[in-house]
Amino acid sequence: MTILTLSKLTKRYGDACVLDEVSLTVSAGERVALLGHNGAGKSTLMKLVLGLIHADGGTIELAGHAPGSAVARALTAYLPENAAFHPAITGREQLRYYLRLRGQPVKQADELLEKVGLADAAGRRIGTYSKGMRQRVGLAQALIGGPRLMVLDEPTSGLDPVSRREFYTLLDELAASGTAILLSSHALSELEARTDRMVILSKGKQVAQGTLADLRADAALPLSVSITPKAGQGERIAEAFSGAIQSEDRVTFTCPPADKLAVLERIAAQRDQIADFDVHAATLDDLYSHISKRAA
Amino acid sequence: MMLSRILATAALEFAIARRNRWVIVSVAMMMLFSLVLAFAGSAPAGQMAVDPLSVTVASLISLAVYLVPLIALLISFDAIAGESERGTLALSLAYPLARTELLLGKLIAQLAVVTIAVVCGYAVAAVVAFATGGVEAAEGLPALWRLVWTSVLLGAVFLSLGHAMSCLSRRPSGAAAMAIGLWLVMIVLYDLGLLAAVVADDGGTFTTEVFPWALVLNPADAFRIFNLAASGAVDAASGLSGAASSIAAWKPLAAILIWPVLAAMVARLSFQKVTP
Repeated sequence: MTILTLSKLTKRYGDACVLDEVSLTVSAGERVALLGHNGAGKSTLMKLVLGLIHADGGTIELAGHAPGSAVARALTAYLPENAAFHPAITGREQLRYYLRLRGQPVKQADELLEKVGLADAAGRRIGTYSKGMRQRVGLAQALIGGPRLMVLDEPTSGLDPVSRREFYTLLDELAASGTAILLSSHALSELEARTDRMVILSKGKQVAQGTLADLRADAALPLSVSITPKAGQGERIAEAFSGAIQSEDRVTFTCPPADKLAVLERIAAQRDQIADFDVHAATLDDLYSHISKRAA
Repeated sequence: MMLSRILATAALEFAIARRNRWVIVSVAMMMLFSLVLAFAGSAPAGQMAVDPLSVTVASLISLAVYLVPLIALLISFDAIAGESERGTLALSLAYPLARTELLLGKLIAQLAVVTIAVVCGYAVAAVVAFATGGVEAAEGLPALWRLVWTSVLLGAVFLSLGHAMSCLSRRPSGAAAMAIGLWLVMIVLYDLGLLAAVVADDGGTFTTEVFPWALVLNPADAFRIFNLAASGAVDAASGLSGAASSIAAWKPLAAILIWPVLAAMVARLSFQKVTP
């Protein structure tokens, strides 16, 4: 079931086009990541979905309702980028407030804080929290009332690698229970390949969309192969592979993904001259920077 | 449902005001100045007043006209600009919380702070009046009660004006500067300007036609005139009291009652222009 539908969404600020005919859908239980540099239009898109600002063109539908309508707000949870709650109140008080706004029992506050690993800090003022802890308060409030759609703006910024992993585990649980999740990130590697689909924005335009496998196949970035020849065999190995570069104790070259098996066969054929070898696929950051550059 | 969201916002806001020491600071300011006036400020109003509490009330009017708006603006300037800067405004507005509800919740909490400060300050002065004047001071109680509720309404006006400044500047530092500027213009310069105009006009049409309305239109002057006229006291500090006797009491009363609503509407309209 489709929860969120954007079609040809356009937003301008004066002459600057911040979003240019962006279309996407998010279904129940799906995790969709918006990727883009700062200023690519991710936050603007999210604010449009939340009904905080209004579009200059195109439409948004949230389970059949207009963004910002009472029903849409009741169905949606939001985590703003770098939310810093008032330093004078405690995590528990802040959560109770948000629970009351959603008409939920305030006693859930401790439960929610425990879920994000803040049980011990619940009674402390938010002013004493680290950035990561504040981010967890933000996440805890987004969990209130089992939202149908979660809009998370750079949710893992400020989280250490362990917390980030825990965060994605939490998202997996939510998605499994049918919540549609739209989150943003400025780096593909931050996502740790734990979203179902990615939408890459560049200067307000949608430049790519698909699963990680789709994006990889589409970009067809070369693999890098590194061979350690046996003593004295360096030159023979370098001659055997076209375009190979011989350095002190290594021979390196790249090959298109489609030639991977052929290359492995040739490596196997030379096994008497080879001590060891490694094959690296392009990293997520390589892939992302390739797509961004291609768009520009 | 709507009421519960307003009250939830008010409760959180009051907790913040308490922790930020705004409650303590406001109460301390009001009590300190009231105490000073209760002991030393009876001279200017002495001739006409019959009981010691009425004398004190006459002095407190001049104090309140400066201090209540100042306290109200100090408490309120951060309301929207602060949330905007912290990034929580977008979050609050993404909740099922209307802008009117958010603003009303903040207003209620901050008005509670102003009320506490006003009541505590005046209570101290009343205690001193009763201690020095005995039961005779009871005759001044109606004037004191009038001062309390008009002070709260005056506070409400400037809280809402503070909210409007907070919406218009969008940065707490800018909002603070605008709030202080507003206080200077409405409380200090407005009266000075009117005085200068009256002196220059020398009893002409400005003095007879425009001036009485100009006094009533400013909420702080309306507050002063209404209290002075109702208590029959003379306020030497303002220099504008001569006019007070010539203005029908319903005019400043109407101004006192209409201004809080008007200011709240100005704040709400300003809030509408804020993009989170």
